[in-house]
Amino acid sequence: MAAQPETIDQVRAVTEQKYKYGFTTDIESDVAPKGLNEDIVRFISAKKNEPEWLLEWRLRAYRVWLTMEEPEWAAVQFPPIDYQDAHYYAAPKQKVRPKSLDEVDPELLATYAKLGIPLREQEILAGVEGSENKSPAIAVDAVFDSVSVATTFKAKLEEMGIIFCAISEAVQKHPDLVKKYLGSVVPYTDNYYATLNCAVFTDGSFVYIPKGVRCPMELSTYFRINQANTGQFERTLIIADEGSYVSYLEGCTAPQRDENQLHAAVVELVALDDATIKYSTVQNWYPGNAEGVGGIYNFVTKRGACRGKNSKISWTQVETGSAITWKYPSCILQGDNSVGEFYSVAITNNRQQADTGTKMIHIGKNTRSTIVSKGISAGKAQQTYRGLVKILPKAEGARNHTQCDSLLIGDQCGAHTVPYIESRNRSARIEHEATTAKISDDQLFYCRQRGISEEDAVSLIVNGFCKEVLKELPMEFAVEAQKLVGISLEGSVG
Amino acid sequence: MIEIKNLHAKVDGKDILKGVDLTIRPGEVHAIMGPNGAGKSTLSYVLAGRDGYEVTDGSVTYYGKDLLAMEPEERAAEGVFLAFQYPVEIPGVANTTFLKTAINAIRKHRGEKELDAMQFLKLLREKTKALGMSDEMLKRAVNVGFSGGEKKRNETLQMAVLEPKFAILDETDSGLDIDALKIVAEGVNALRSPERSMLVITHYQRLLDYIVPDYVHVLAAGRVVKSGGKDLALELEKNGYRDFGVDEAA
Repeated sequence: MAAQPETIDQVRAVTEQKYKYGFTTDIESDVAPKGLNEDIVRFISAKKNEPEWLLEWRLRAYRVWLTMEEPEWAAVQFPPIDYQDAHYYAAPKQKVRPKSLDEVDPELLATYAKLGIPLREQEILAGVEGSENKSPAIAVDAVFDSVSVATTFKAKLEEMGIIFCAISEAVQKHPDLVKKYLGSVVPYTDNYYATLNCAVFTDGSFVYIPKGVRCPMELSTYFRINQANTGQFERTLIIADEGSYVSYLEGCTAPQRDENQLHAAVVELVALDDATIKYSTVQNWYPGNAEGVGGIYNFVTKRGACRGKNSKISWTQVETGSAITWKYPSCILQGDNSVGEFYSVAITNNRQQADTGTKMIHIGKNTRSTIVSKGISAGKAQQTYRGLVKILPKAEGARNHTQCDSLLIGDQCGAHTVPYIESRNRSARIEHEATTAKISDDQLFYCRQRGISEEDAVSLIVNGFCKEVLKELPMEFAVEAQKLVGISLEGSVG
Repeated sequence: MIEIKNLHAKVDGKDILKGVDLTIRPGEVHAIMGPNGAGKSTLSYVLAGRDGYEVTDGSVTYYGKDLLAMEPEERAAEGVFLAFQYPVEIPGVANTTFLKTAINAIRKHRGEKELDAMQFLKLLREKTKALGMSDEMLKRAVNVGFSGGEKKRNETLQMAVLEPKFAILDETDSGLDIDALKIVAEGVNALRSPERSMLVITHYQRLLDYIVPDYVHVLAAGRVVKSGGKDLALELEKNGYRDFGVDEAA
């Protein structure tokens, strides 16, 4: 049954809510002059006090970038970006790098408090009685504009040999690891946005889990774009050595601004023999207003390499924000018996656009991959699932199962599914399932007849639709994500 | 007490109800019978407040309140329950989650404290046991993959949990074989009480052998054309709806 116009109106009314993270923080910052050229690349590198090899790598990337063209194959539309009209470096002004949270600008901490990020380790540092017990089992690295401002639980993790710090710090303290793995999954020639990131990335998180260590807590990074006219180009590198395990969560927000801001991040994951990396994202960048003014362009390259045998990389993403999302977290299944997973919920509302999906490249024997994608479109939003499953000749016994479900709310949005499947091995087994559904008037009326308000009914139905994916999130964030899924369609986020 | 007076309603611009009058007192079970297209389902949707069913005249007074002025969820909170002819599937939402959300929304509306997980499970176990239903059905997604009989039993369970003052059963017998019908009817009969009124809508007399009404009304062409005791149903079964100017064969 087609939705009644009243229902569409009501759904529209509840879906056009304000973005609650849209505040800006008044902090003096160090900003590079607008524009992009080799001098800016050198400026960033010098600011970070980087070794020569890294500067050379950046410059090589920059020169390659100049020869590249922006990809146009994605089903998204936006006016051309003037790459000379942005600042490529913005850092909260601080004379020296803070040694503890006490030295961090209180304004910054207040911002993170507003965002609800648990930087509560300060209590422990300050020796507040009883704080050990109530502290969350999550270590947080906070990235403000382009700079990592604080990492919690560092000392505790160090005892186990786990390195969790800003990537700029890793460059100084663990140069061998960085040099060995940086760009080894996403090379500096990879794609337009990733290559730009290589040239101008400013900070991000670095994680190394040593052999046989199971990281005892969730590691988490929160990204925040504050400064106007800045792009954010962070770079995350996670290495899980043989037999180790880590679960990592990334969250993001940005202030509400009328101009679009570019976020071109790169995430590289490396899993060696028998190692497992679980990477979860709750992406809640500012999506622009109801007319499509402002919002973040989220052009991100995320890729994991299952290098060792029996290794596993699992991506879980809940994408509710950004004006445009262009993102394909992928797995290269190189080690025999390695496993790749992609669980995704993408919600687009108003005039948001998302072209997202994954790539599973099967190289090793008996490699397995699972893709579960849930797309929800409301308002005038357009969403595309784009995925590639590629089985190479030596991937004997490879298996893939893909499930793509779309849910439409109202009659002005769109959902598209573009699966690419390439198999060069006869023993491979590949399955693809896809469905498209609408929240029907029947469902809404049924819920309301049982006393459930229309808003709660939408939230209930959408959460039911996403359940398979949400249950993959770490416990601590599952509840938060469940709420976000509800509110991004009906509540305070937009 | 529920008083329906001179109720007129339109669907898609077409007049369906053309002056329905009906009074239902607490504890009474009324049956509405009638040929296809008489407006039986329209009456149930109008009472429940479904969008697209436009009331053009008349009134419905529900325990002194104007029922037609309320949103569907307010009516539910005030104790109006509609057992659907075709219960709706909600994939991914467990029956328990759905019921808990519903009962707590209703309790909240009434200014009562919401039930926590333990209290709710206890209540649910009591109700499923009383209806002879399996716990397994509670874990499944709302009506997804349920047989016709299971769907109707699930409606009965919802009714048992939400404890309405006024339950409307819309063609509860449709799609049920005789065994399933008996089970559902038993469930409904167990919920009869001096405080609870019911409006049983059906095309066939068969259901009324199991859910015995206090009154039977014939709805034809948008009006109640005849009212009587339970014997009226038997009479209709024998003579059909011809006496009311309706040719069933047409």
